[in-house]
Amino acid sequence: MPVWLTHFTTTYLMWNEGPMIWGSDVLILLTMLGIVVTLTRLRRWKWLWREWLTTVDHKKIGIMYLLAALIMMFRGGVDALLLRTQLAVPGNHFLSAEHYDQIFTTHGTIMILFMAMPFIFALFNIVVPLQIGARDVAFPYLNAISFWLFFFGAMLFNISFVFGGSPDAGWVSYPPLSELGFDFGPGENYYLLALQISGIGSIATGINFLVTIFKMRAPGMKLMRMPLFSWSVVAASVVIIFAFPALAIALALLTLDRVAGTHFFTILHGGDPMMFVNLFWVWGHPEVYIVILPAFGVYSEVVATFARKRVFGYSSMVLSLMLISVISYFVWAHHFFTMGAGAGVNTFFAIASMLVAIPTGVKVFNWLFTMFRGRIRLTLPMLWTIAFVPCFTIGGATGVMLAAAPADYQYHNSYFLIAHFHQVLIGGVVFGMLAGMYYWWPKVFGFMLDVRLGKIAFWLFNIGFYVCFMPQYALGFMGMQRRMYTYPTDMGWGTLNFISTIGAYIMGLGFLFIVIQVLYSIKHGERDLTGDPWDARTLEWSLPSPAPHYNFAVIPTVTERDMWWELKERKETDRLKLKSDMITPIHMPKNSGRPFLMGVSFFIAGFGLVFEWIPIAVLGLIGILLSLLFRAFEYGDEHTIPADEIRETEAALGRL
Amino acid sequence: MAFIEYALHGRVANEEKPLEYQDPEQSIKILGFWIFLATDMLLFGCLFATYLVLRTHTDGGLTAKQLFDVPGFATETFLLLTSSFTGGLATLAMRNRNKSAVLAWIAVTVLLGLGFLGFEVSEFAANVARGATMQRSAFLSAFYTLVGTHGLHVSIGIGWMIVTWIQIARKGITRVTARKLFVVNLYWHFLDVVWVFIFTVVYLSGVVM
Repeated sequence: MPVWLTHFTTTYLMWNEGPMIWGSDVLILLTMLGIVVTLTRLRRWKWLWREWLTTVDHKKIGIMYLLAALIMMFRGGVDALLLRTQLAVPGNHFLSAEHYDQIFTTHGTIMILFMAMPFIFALFNIVVPLQIGARDVAFPYLNAISFWLFFFGAMLFNISFVFGGSPDAGWVSYPPLSELGFDFGPGENYYLLALQISGIGSIATGINFLVTIFKMRAPGMKLMRMPLFSWSVVAASVVIIFAFPALAIALALLTLDRVAGTHFFTILHGGDPMMFVNLFWVWGHPEVYIVILPAFGVYSEVVATFARKRVFGYSSMVLSLMLISVISYFVWAHHFFTMGAGAGVNTFFAIASMLVAIPTGVKVFNWLFTMFRGRIRLTLPMLWTIAFVPCFTIGGATGVMLAAAPADYQYHNSYFLIAHFHQVLIGGVVFGMLAGMYYWWPKVFGFMLDVRLGKIAFWLFNIGFYVCFMPQYALGFMGMQRRMYTYPTDMGWGTLNFISTIGAYIMGLGFLFIVIQVLYSIKHGERDLTGDPWDARTLEWSLPSPAPHYNFAVIPTVTERDMWWELKERKETDRLKLKSDMITPIHMPKNSGRPFLMGVSFFIAGFGLVFEWIPIAVLGLIGILLSLLFRAFEYGDEHTIPADEIRETEAALGRL
Repeated sequence: MAFIEYALHGRVANEEKPLEYQDPEQSIKILGFWIFLATDMLLFGCLFATYLVLRTHTDGGLTAKQLFDVPGFATETFLLLTSSFTGGLATLAMRNRNKSAVLAWIAVTVLLGLGFLGFEVSEFAANVARGATMQRSAFLSAFYTLVGTHGLHVSIGIGWMIVTWIQIARKGITRVTARKLFVVNLYWHFLDVVWVFIFTVVYLSGVVM
C-alpha cells in the first residue's frame, strides 16, 4: 500500500484500531448498499425525492423524525450495551479506555440530542396541527429546514465513529479537558459542529410551533380549550426559545477556542472554564425539561382517553406546565454544587430545584385522580403511562435528594446520580414518547401495532429497567463514580454491576421486540378504518387515519374542551360532517428541495470545519448562502387543491 | 391568498392595518420574526455575560482603557444610529406607497451601514497592529467575539437590505415586499439596540472604568 494511503487509513479511517472499526465500516457499507439496491430495484428514487426529501407536510416530517429517533435510540442503545458489557465484571478490558470514553460521550449526546429531541419533534409535528385544527404549521418550509438540520447534524455526529474518531470529553464536554491542548483529535469538533447545526434547527422548531399554536388554532379553540399535549408544546417551545441560544454560544466559543486559538475557557491567558459550565447548564437543565414536558402532555392525553374521563384539574395542569418551564431557568447551578460557588448560591439553587417537585407533584396527583374511578382500559399507551408513575416518582424523589446541596457533596457524579437521571429520562421521557408513539401510531399510519408483542416489549423493558438501574443507586452509595472505565475486584462492586448489565440487556431485548412489533404489524396489524380506534377525545380523532394531506377539508368550529368526545357523548358528531357545498379550494405550501440541499450544505460546511479544511467549509457556506438567496426571490410557493379534488378524496374516504 | 389565510379561518385581508400586516400570512411571519429576535437577543445576552466575566482578564495585555479609541467608536455609533433612523424613514415611505423614496432610503441605510463596517474593520485592524489580537487574552477574545458578532449581523443585514432593494425595485410595494422591508428593518433596529448596549457596556465603561 502506498504511504499516503496508509496514512489516510490510519489517520482518518482508524483501521489500525481493530475489529470494532472494521465491523462498523462493513455494516455501514452494507446498509448503504442495501438502501441503494432496494431503491433502485423498486424504482423508488423519484418517490423518495418527491414524497419525502422535498416534503413540507408536517405529518411526513413527523414520520421522518420518528424514524430517525428510533434509529438513534438503537445507536445510543448499542453504546449503552457496550458500556455495560465493559463494566459487567471487575478489571475488564473488553473496551480500551479511549473507546470507553468515546462511547459514553456518544451515548449521552445521541440519547439527549439525537433521540429525545427528534422524538418530541416527531410528536409535535404529527399531533399539533391536527389537534388544534390547522392545515399545517405556521412555517412549513422552515419546518423542513429544521428537520434537515437535525438530520445532517446527527449524520455529522455519527460519522465521527468511522471517520476521524468520536468525541470523548463526555456529553457535557467541559473545558479545559475539551480544549485543543488535551483533546486534539477531530472528535470534539464533530461534537461542537453537529450540535450547533442541529441546535439551529431546534430553535427554528420552537419558534415555529409557538407561532402555530398562538395563531392557527381553529375558531373557538380558546387557549383554555386546547388539548394538554398542545399546551405542553407551548411550554416546551418557550423553553427551547430561551435555552438554546445559550448552547449555541457555549458551543461557538469553545469552537473558537479550538479553531481560532482564542482563550475563553482555556487556563492560559485569563480564560475561565467555569463560564462554559455555566453557559452549558443554562441550556442543559432547561433541555431536560424540554424533553419531559411533551411527555407530560402525552400522559395527559392518554390518561384521559383510557380512563374515559375528563382530565382532572385541567387548569392546574396548564399552570404547572408553565411553572415548570419558568423554574427550569433557576436551577442550573445544581449541576455543580461542588465547584465552590459558595453557600448562598448553592442554597438558592437547591431550593429552586426542590421547588420543581411541587408542580410536578401536582401533575402526578392529577393523573392519578383522573384514573380514580375511571373505566380504565389497559392498552399499550396506558400501560406505559401507568408504568411511568412509580418510575418517575422514585426518580423525582432521588432528584430532591440530589438537590439538597450539602448531601450532594456525597452523591455528586456518583452512580447514584446516573441512576437518578436515567430514571427520570427513561421513566419519564422514553416511556412518554413510547406511549405517544403507540397512541398516535394508528393516526399516522392507519394501522394498529400488535398488542401481544407490544406487551412483551413493555414487560421486558420495564423489568430490565429496574434490574439495570436500582443496583446503580446502591453502587453510588458504595462510592462508584460515573465515567469509570474499570474497577478492581476488592471494591465489592462486581455483583451489583453484573446485575445491572443483565438489566441493560433485558432492556435491549425489549427494544428489539418493539422493532419486531412494528415490522410484524406493518403486515398483520389491524387496519384502522374508523379514524378513532381508541374512542378518544380530541379533534385529531375526528379525521380519517391517516389524515388527508390538507388535514381538514373544512376547519371545524370548536365550542368546548375535548370537543370530539363531547360530540360523541351527545351524539352530535354530525356537526363535523362535511357537506359538498362547504368545500372550497385549499391552498397548500409547495414542496421544495431547498431545505434538503441546505441541510447538505450545512453538513459540508460542518465537515470542512471539523478538519479545518477551509475550502470545503467555504463550499458549504456558499451552498447555505445560495439557498437563502433563492428563497428570498421565491414568490408563489403555494399550490391550490381544487374543490372537486377534495370532494373526491373525502368521498373515497367515505366522509362525503 | 394563502393556505395560512384559510387556516386563519377567513380572517381575510384587513385594510385598516398597516400594509405589512394586512395579509394574515405576512402578519404571521412578522410575529415569527419577533420571536426569532428574542432568541437573537439571548444570543447576545450570553456574549455580554461572557464579556463581563472576562473583561478584566487581560493577562498583562492591552486593557480596555488603553485599547478603545473614543473618536472611532463615537463615529461608529453615529453612523449606525443614523442608519436606523433612515431605515425607519424607508418604512414610513413604504406606508405612504412612495416606491422611489423607499429605494432611496434603503440605499442611504446600506451606505451608512457600510460606513459603520468600514470604521469597525479599521478599528480592529489598528488594534491588531498594536498586538491586541483575539488570541492575546481572554478579554480580547470576548471583545472581538461580542463586537464581531454584531458586525457579522450588520453585514448580513446589509446583504439582506440589498436583496430587499432589488425586490422592491422589481415588484414595487406589495403586501409581500412591504412585509420584507418591515422585517429587515426590525432586524436593523434590533442591531441598533444591541449596539447601544455595546456602546455603554463595552466602550463607555471600558474607557471610564
